Amino acid sequence: MDLYKFTIHELQDKLQAGEISSEDIVKSLFSRIADMEDKVQAFITLCEAAALKSARGIDGEGQYGGIKGIPYGLKDLFCTRGIKTTCASRMLENFVPSYESTASCRLNEKGGILLGKLNLDEFAMGSSTEQSAFFPSRNPWDWERVPGGSSGGSAAAVAAGEIPYALASDTGGSIRQPASYCGIVGLKPTYGRVSRWGVAAFASSLDQVGILSRDVRDCALILEIIAGKDPLDSTSADIEVPNYSAFLDGEVKGMRIAYPREYFRQGVAESTRAAVMKALHKFEELGAIVEEVSLPHSEYALPAYYIVAPAEASTNLARFDGVRYGLRDSEADNVADMFSSSRAQGFGPEVKRRIMLGTYALSSGYYDAYYLKALKVRRLIAQDFEKVFRDFDLIVSPTTPTTAFKLGEQIDDTLTLYLNDALTVPVNMAGLPGISIPCGLDNDALPVGMQLISWAFDEATLFKAAYAFEQNTDYHRLTPVSGGGING
Amino acid sequence: MAKEFETVIGLEVHAELKTESKIFCSCSTAFGSEPNTQVCPFCAGFPGALPVLNEKVLELAIRTGIALNCEIPEYCKFDRKNYFYPDLPAAYQISQFDQPICKNGYLEIDVDGKEKRIRINRAHMEEDAGKLVHQGDITTTPFSLVDLNRCGIGLLEIVSEPDMRSAREARAYLEKLRSILLFAGVSDCKMQEGSLRCDANVSVRPTGQKELGTRSEIKNLNSFRALERAIEYEARRHIEAIEDGEELVQETRTWDEEKQLTRSMRSKEEAHDYRYFPDPDLPPLKISREWIEEIRSQMPELPDAARERLVETYGLPHYDAAILTTTPDYLEYFDRVIRLYPDAKLVSNWMMGELNKYLNQTNREISDCLIKAENLAEMLQLIDAGTISGKMAKSVFEEMFNSGKTAPEVVREKGLVQISDEKALSDIIESIINDNPKVVEDYCNGKGKAFGFLVGQVMKATRGQANPAVVNKLLKEKLD
Ligand SMILES: [Zn+2]
Repeated sequence: MDLYKFTIHELQDKLQAGEISSEDIVKSLFSRIADMEDKVQAFITLCEAAALKSARGIDGEGQYGGIKGIPYGLKDLFCTRGIKTTCASRMLENFVPSYESTASCRLNEKGGILLGKLNLDEFAMGSSTEQSAFFPSRNPWDWERVPGGSSGGSAAAVAAGEIPYALASDTGGSIRQPASYCGIVGLKPTYGRVSRWGVAAFASSLDQVGILSRDVRDCALILEIIAGKDPLDSTSADIEVPNYSAFLDGEVKGMRIAYPREYFRQGVAESTRAAVMKALHKFEELGAIVEEVSLPHSEYALPAYYIVAPAEASTNLARFDGVRYGLRDSEADNVADMFSSSRAQGFGPEVKRRIMLGTYALSSGYYDAYYLKALKVRRLIAQDFEKVFRDFDLIVSPTTPTTAFKLGEQIDDTLTLYLNDALTVPVNMAGLPGISIPCGLDNDALPVGMQLISWAFDEATLFKAAYAFEQNTDYHRLTPVSGGGING
Repeated sequence: MAKEFETVIGLEVHAELKTESKIFCSCSTAFGSEPNTQVCPFCAGFPGALPVLNEKVLELAIRTGIALNCEIPEYCKFDRKNYFYPDLPAAYQISQFDQPICKNGYLEIDVDGKEKRIRINRAHMEEDAGKLVHQGDITTTPFSLVDLNRCGIGLLEIVSEPDMRSAREARAYLEKLRSILLFAGVSDCKMQEGSLRCDANVSVRPTGQKELGTRSEIKNLNSFRALERAIEYEARRHIEAIEDGEELVQETRTWDEEKQLTRSMRSKEEAHDYRYFPDPDLPPLKISREWIEEIRSQMPELPDAARERLVETYGLPHYDAAILTTTPDYLEYFDRVIRLYPDAKLVSNWMMGELNKYLNQTNREISDCLIKAENLAEMLQLIDAGTISGKMAKSVFEEMFNSGKTAPEVVREKGLVQISDEKALSDIIESIINDNPKVVEDYCNGKGKAFGFLVGQVMKATRGQANPAVVNKLLKEKLD
């Protein structure tokens, strides 16, 4: 049976009906991985023996439910006890943590089975996985194209049917952009909704753990498990986690949906714009009230983001100094040389670029002009959203200005590459939740993603609207996995 | 004519807060364990590990703020202080930059009977760094080892205003601060173990000048004595430089205890740019007024109040009261003795005299003293009862201090009981008189000294155990 085609809830139904075992799923997925991995190149590390052992253990108990017995993948930024965690960096090429991230721990406690660790742009800095120190991953819709980034390996693996879902992180669009490029569902929850403990930090005030899945139901199911206060993360919110699945009723009647004009303007491809406008009409058809609004400070989000994120990254990544773990230049004559030469060898060009940007922005004499100003812009952006959400339940926009670009196409053009995140970054800056779901194909038959944004801690509304759209369209079935796509 | 100069001193004191676990993780703070046995992914700077503030640290910081008459603002936050060093795992120290937990306080010092208020600019929470262990000398060692046990222990950095004008004032400030921290129960303040550390900012200026002179920051001051010496040295160095027309540079210097001088570590130009910015892993703290009041209502007695109590209740001189309130253990000792033996001045004399002498000689704290408060009271009662003389008591005390025996035990074992029996003494006196006819003659001729000599002989013959009052009386009777 081609079990790789199924979602979590479909697999769970089969497990509970006794049609299949967890071991069947794991074996089927590893055979799919064997078939596809040459092209996808999503995994940095595979955990086949451990996964089979877990599956047999669960089958032995014979009790299923939820995510029990169903495999998952992790962006290789999540620390996993006893399993190499590289952050796609030479710096941590051989780093094996002694601890487990809270989010993956919660999955494991519910019987989730880790299949492997997935590729990313080094330390989550990039939009294509081309910044991985090891290899780029590829888009299952077109092998010539990037899967997006930084969680490109995770999105590609889910889209290619190598795994049903993955946990990843999103700092400026790192889940939603690859979800959009790969035609799957990608959720960045509200800042503080999911614990960041055990996830290597890029920009701590923006990073949020999220989910890549094949449909909205799976996404809601996983968020229910991983969300909630974690005593190990002071920024995790002590706010009750709703039963998200209960909101999946297909109803959007009376829902007030705004679309910000700034998000449909410059740089947004016509076919992308058209697909999202069509989706908005769909919502109207379903009884939602759709209106245009303005988020006037949107254009300043990206420049401000490129101050705040590198500033935080510059100090978050300072710990990689060769002293306690990770790459060390042991030839260096003294400790200062050891620091700089280990870091020079361990980090790739994009990481170095951001460390330097951030160091500069925080330097004495520049702090007020850059960092402090960026924080003010951040507040204005949040206020823009706040105003809109006084009158609306949801904001809808394209997830990315264009569909997936070709490998090598933007690698030397940093500014264009950064623009990929223009529509997702403001959501991180405001700490709000956003989800990307497929809403059509462009002229190259590449998936277009639609971004839904709600007020803080109102992921339920995101799921409700996204599910209603999914129920009334077929875009989520147009995947390479289902055979409907190009490489099935 | 040589100008008069004034020394201006401000102190930055780091006090390790007395908590079971570190400031941002649950690792133990115990002193003296095997290297790197008290570390976790957070305090060793591993990726993805996050800080969680230890509430106890916050409580102790607030308690300190109250004890130092500080304002405690409604909001405070943590910042990252960035620099690379092998003993700093995250390459940043979590500290407080522009919104500390305590601001604008003061304490009172007393130098030569003159009271003076020293203002405190701020006190902020931060984490300690680890420590480097070298094979032999730092300049020749082929490698350094890193011990992170201390890394992440909660510190309070207390920064004074430049209000001190002499090394003695600086010492008095540090002593007073230490007393307050000890009484408030926030720190052990052991300078040898590094739980109290002090840096001094020193400058000089011509008397009467308003602007401050160029200052040096002196590090590595590990004792009160080092603090005083270093300030004196540095002030002298500055004055000489100014008089010689040399330019002083703002710099950080270290105190060389062996050579008794300060050496330059780095100049202002070489100073780090720490790139402070708010730590995004720790949300700003809101300190509720109710909590502060609750802590205030549970504050233990502080040194100034204790001193007043001793003066008012027992009529002790201020000087005595100040010394008895140096540490809470010392005061508690006094309070316990006084409950059993109510002559406060006598108790104070014994504590400031014999007890202090032996504590200093043996480098011991009063908490490790073998003579318990009850034992001292008992010894004083033996003097009153006439069992031992005041003089004998000194040797009894020494034996008690060294062996931990009680006064009656010492008296019994050494056969030290005072002889007050007139019959027994009478015989001894008779024989002394018979043995010293020349002296007796001198006495009869009015030489006062002769009497003293005879008393001495009696004491000698009784190995000091004769009751001096009885000897005096009998001797007089027999001679006159
Ligand atoms: Zn620790």
